[in-house]
Amino acid sequence: MERVKKDSGLLLFLRTVIARAYPRVIGQQREKSWVFFEIFLPMLSVSAYVFVYRAINAPEEYVGFVVMGGAMTAFWMNVLWSMSSQLYWEKETGNLSLYIMAPNSLMAILLGMALGGLFASTLRAIVIVGLGSWMFQVQYAVASFSQLFAVFFLTMVALYGLGMLSASLFLLLSREAWHLSNLAQEPIYLASGFYFPVKNLNFWVAVGASLIPLTMGLDAMRQLVFPSGATLGFLSVRVEIGILCILSVIFLAGARQLLGTMERLAIREGRLTESRR
Amino acid sequence: MSGYAIQTRDLKRIYKIRGGKKAEPKELLALQDVNLEVRSGELFGLLGPNGAGKTTLIKILTTLLAPSSGWARVAGFDVIKEANKVRPRINMVSGGESSGYGLLTVRENLWMFAQFYGLSNAEANRRIKELLEVVGLADRLNTKSSDLSTGLRQKMNIVRGFLTDPDVLFLDEPTLGLDVGASREVRKFIRHWVDESVEARQNNNGEARTLLLTTHYMVEADELCDRVAIINQGRVLACDTPATLKRRLQGEAIYRMEVSPLNGFPVSHFEALQGVNKVVHRPQDGFAALELILAQDDALGAVINAMTTASIHILNLQKREPTLEDVFVDLVGRSMEEVEKEE
Repeated sequence: MERVKKDSGLLLFLRTVIARAYPRVIGQQREKSWVFFEIFLPMLSVSAYVFVYRAINAPEEYVGFVVMGGAMTAFWMNVLWSMSSQLYWEKETGNLSLYIMAPNSLMAILLGMALGGLFASTLRAIVIVGLGSWMFQVQYAVASFSQLFAVFFLTMVALYGLGMLSASLFLLLSREAWHLSNLAQEPIYLASGFYFPVKNLNFWVAVGASLIPLTMGLDAMRQLVFPSGATLGFLSVRVEIGILCILSVIFLAGARQLLGTMERLAIREGRLTESRR
Repeated sequence: MSGYAIQTRDLKRIYKIRGGKKAEPKELLALQDVNLEVRSGELFGLLGPNGAGKTTLIKILTTLLAPSSGWARVAGFDVIKEANKVRPRINMVSGGESSGYGLLTVRENLWMFAQFYGLSNAEANRRIKELLEVVGLADRLNTKSSDLSTGLRQKMNIVRGFLTDPDVLFLDEPTLGLDVGASREVRKFIRHWVDESVEARQNNNGEARTLLLTTHYMVEADELCDRVAIINQGRVLACDTPATLKRRLQGEAIYRMEVSPLNGFPVSHFEALQGVNKVVHRPQDGFAALELILAQDDALGAVINAMTTASIHILNLQKREPTLEDVFVDLVGRSMEEVEKEE
């Protein structure tokens, strides 16, 4: 009788990340409703803001700002609804106990969820940017591709780090997760300046909003792709990159810490892996 | 492994149940002083009504729950201190679970879980095909799991448990929701899976696999298990082979009676008769089924007389061999059904 060979260590970690990312990547192809909910509906908001800006003769860059903000909402929606509340839903379906019982690390599961979500959201964001730029004739002038890539990469690391952290937090708060997601959606659209330069907000409000990595990321990317972006920027791109680096480390380390606490609590209290107590 | 795949010593688990915001949390004793030793290569059954503590015990053994006191070892390792050594060696399937993702096919769901245990793609796909054949689900390989019926979904879950070839497999009510034919197939495979490994160990060709099964189907435990522990209200009341457990009742006479409806006539009236140890009443459509456990055959006369006096007509009378259900009744004083109703 031949026993099955099993990988461990880094190979097991990588296998887990890929396997958990898979449902999100494949779900994109199988559930076509996202085209309506995550492209058509955001495009309506984008269009409304564009018409308002054009009606009041706002600088033409604002149109580009809105298109870019509309594209980035895909990531925030994904972090809020598919990352933060995901462990809660995994508990409800019985997957969470299987994840805890399996020999892999829970960080690998969360990372897989994040990468899968990131892949799916990037496709949505690209479609919104493409469609919005075509519809509203947005002109881009990229100052530095390397900085743009660095800002986007760091924004995603910090943002999905925040998503991983809040996944454990939402699980600990249990049923309140749904309300928390609702509560965080619209205020963040406002505070993070999805449809206008965050500089227009009160300085301290903008500083507070910078805890959400999208605020800094969006502001820096706007500065890098629009000719007059720098004049409308909140902080310099270099400072914003620095802040994004710090946020990435804080959120990823926090996620790891909180995940450990959540697992210990789940095992001690016996509540988090089942919905009946 | 030390010869024991599972060992528990004085295992106790108390749940704190929160009431309202101001109410003090209540304590629920789910397990008390559980001492079990399951040998490697054994198919061991935990038999008890819903709420007896079976699932709590499985959660502790699968590293998902810490005991309040006592200890447990699985595959030779402590389930709390050495959980990372226990986890690669175990797997668990629960009856009625809805794990996995509905938008993935059967193959994709199983592949995903295989990856979590480190199986290579080729090995995972080979085993998925092989095991789906065994449970008769091969033709559903590319069906989305959301399109499966409850029974077929449970078959997929069962395959998930066996897929990773664990040293110790925990099956919590595995045939829940399966039809009679499918249950039989699954039981046959479970028995084969354990026996194959025991045979291999005898030929010095690998470690034996162990399977712990919880069920409240008496026939399942009787038919499948090498040994059975009967558990109620968190305590193990008896632990032995099904044959030995049933031998406890060898001196007693067991009858099944079908009579006209009792219409409120108390069963305790029969139990008060000399030589009647226990009567279990199961109302049926248009008649009542009574299980009588008598100290000896002579007591039957008194029961029949009492029925005649109460104008209860006997429709059918049959003497039968003791079952594990009778053992449970003998140990607890009530049938499993009655215990579940009271809970």
